[in-house]
Amino acid sequence: MIRAALIWLLTALPALAASEDIVAGLSQNRVSITADFDGSEILIYGAVKRTAPAPEGALHVIITVEGPSRALTVRKKERTAGIWINREAVQIASAPSFYAISTTGHLRDILTETENLRHQITIPRAIRAVGISQQAQNAPEFLEALIRVREAEDRYRLRERSVHFTEATLFRADVVLPANLTEGLYRVRIFLTRDGQVVDRIERQINVRKEGLERFLFNMSRDQPLIYGLLSLLIAVGAGYGASAAFRFIKR
Amino acid sequence: MQIFLPIADLSVNLFLLLGIGGVVGFLSGLFGVGGGFLITPLLFFIGIPPAIAVATGANQVVASSVSGVLAQVKRKAVDFPMGFVLLAGGLVGSALGVWVFARLTAAGQVDLFVQLSYVLFLGLIGLTMFWESVVALRRVNRPGAPIRRSHTHNWIHGLPFKMKFRASGLYISVLPPLAVGALVGFLAAIMGVGGGFIMVPAMIYLLGMPTKVVIGTSLFQIIFVTAFTTVMHAVTANTVDMMLAVLLILGGVIGAQFGAQVSGRLKAEQLRILLSLLVLGVAVKIAADLLLRPSELYTITPGLLP
Repeated sequence: MIRAALIWLLTALPALAASEDIVAGLSQNRVSITADFDGSEILIYGAVKRTAPAPEGALHVIITVEGPSRALTVRKKERTAGIWINREAVQIASAPSFYAISTTGHLRDILTETENLRHQITIPRAIRAVGISQQAQNAPEFLEALIRVREAEDRYRLRERSVHFTEATLFRADVVLPANLTEGLYRVRIFLTRDGQVVDRIERQINVRKEGLERFLFNMSRDQPLIYGLLSLLIAVGAGYGASAAFRFIKR
Repeated sequence: MQIFLPIADLSVNLFLLLGIGGVVGFLSGLFGVGGGFLITPLLFFIGIPPAIAVATGANQVVASSVSGVLAQVKRKAVDFPMGFVLLAGGLVGSALGVWVFARLTAAGQVDLFVQLSYVLFLGLIGLTMFWESVVALRRVNRPGAPIRRSHTHNWIHGLPFKMKFRASGLYISVLPPLAVGALVGFLAAIMGVGGGFIMVPAMIYLLGMPTKVVIGTSLFQIIFVTAFTTVMHAVTANTVDMMLAVLLILGGVIGAQFGAQVSGRLKAEQLRILLSLLVLGVAVKIAADLLLRPSELYTITPGLLP
């Protein structure tokens, strides 16, 4: 009898753990950058779906919002002959243009290093910098500087304990997208962790696009650069002439 | 009120842009400089990426120069033949400058070179102009002192291919204006400016043109150089931000008209002393940026090294 119960427990426990699923939604899955765009706030909400009672251990939620990545060069200024000039440079293969982490607890308590490696959750993990140690003497300092500069620009942020978790079931997080957004697909990942292990994860996308006049100007500058350039000139000459004519009229 | 710039990819205050355009436009109308050497650093300062600041600044300079030159044409203060000669030299110099700029970019030290050129040329020209103006003002205040002629005869007048420039009252060889045009065109391409701040003193001190026609003629030539630059940037690098340009232009053309009005009321020496102070101020600011320890040693640029 006891043996049977033990066997049941052993086989059922992993199943129980896996039976905690995330159900989540976003307040909007597209962001339109129009002429008066001044940042946007995304509400991420969700619940934990269970088919059995919750197992032991505190449940935590980690939410990451990640903008399109691109290659970067980080340069360091050094004093040479009295003036500060760029000397060493490190090339970063790929770094997200935006990266925000919101959690229910301190990251070091709710996520193990192995799981972080596997899912690439923290900011240093989200940046792919392979083989930078050969490029400069203190290559890690360049990586730290990249994170420091982007944090100052509000492009990278870590908001621990900013997700509100109600009765270990319902959660919500508000992520403010800044005004200097890069166009593209933004990846939203929601991780459910227990004892540092990721129990479940889901992924959603937010499409950030320029709209209206912004879209029109951007497309024209790329598709018809000559016409775009000449149009810019025409506006300049027209405005210059118009102002001159208007002032003559006023003076009369 | 914020406005999103489609090419620069960032949101900036609308009135800040109108204000920058207005102030630079006023100075451009006042001194007959395009204002590129002011607008480009100002745009850097508010966070516009350098490539976009340079290209869009050039577009704004076209507008304020057109606005300014029309006011000057009405006062018959534009020497058109001289303008065309300068322009011919300017286009050659500009093409050469674009080539050197590309080579420097490949070497990765273009920023430093641009900053050093700013400090060197603005500093040199500012100091020369300041000194000359102070001497001229002293002479005005001390009647009876020997008066220097507006154009003294020197080696320049011995050169061949002489041409009459009626509006300037000059009969000189076309070689010096061609050379001045080429030098200014070269620097304009490298520094991303119209080059008025070099052109104006060069016309006064090298060519001996009367101050009255210098401003109009310089503006006339700047229109073409910056128009060429704008289209080049739009085609090769897609760095002209039309939204940004329209706002700067709106402030700029109005400012330029006021500037031209005030310029008619000030004495040439006073005008020159003010311009020299402005030029020196910008030179000192850029020199300080090079000499003082920056608060952040690291900079991030998109893309990999070539």
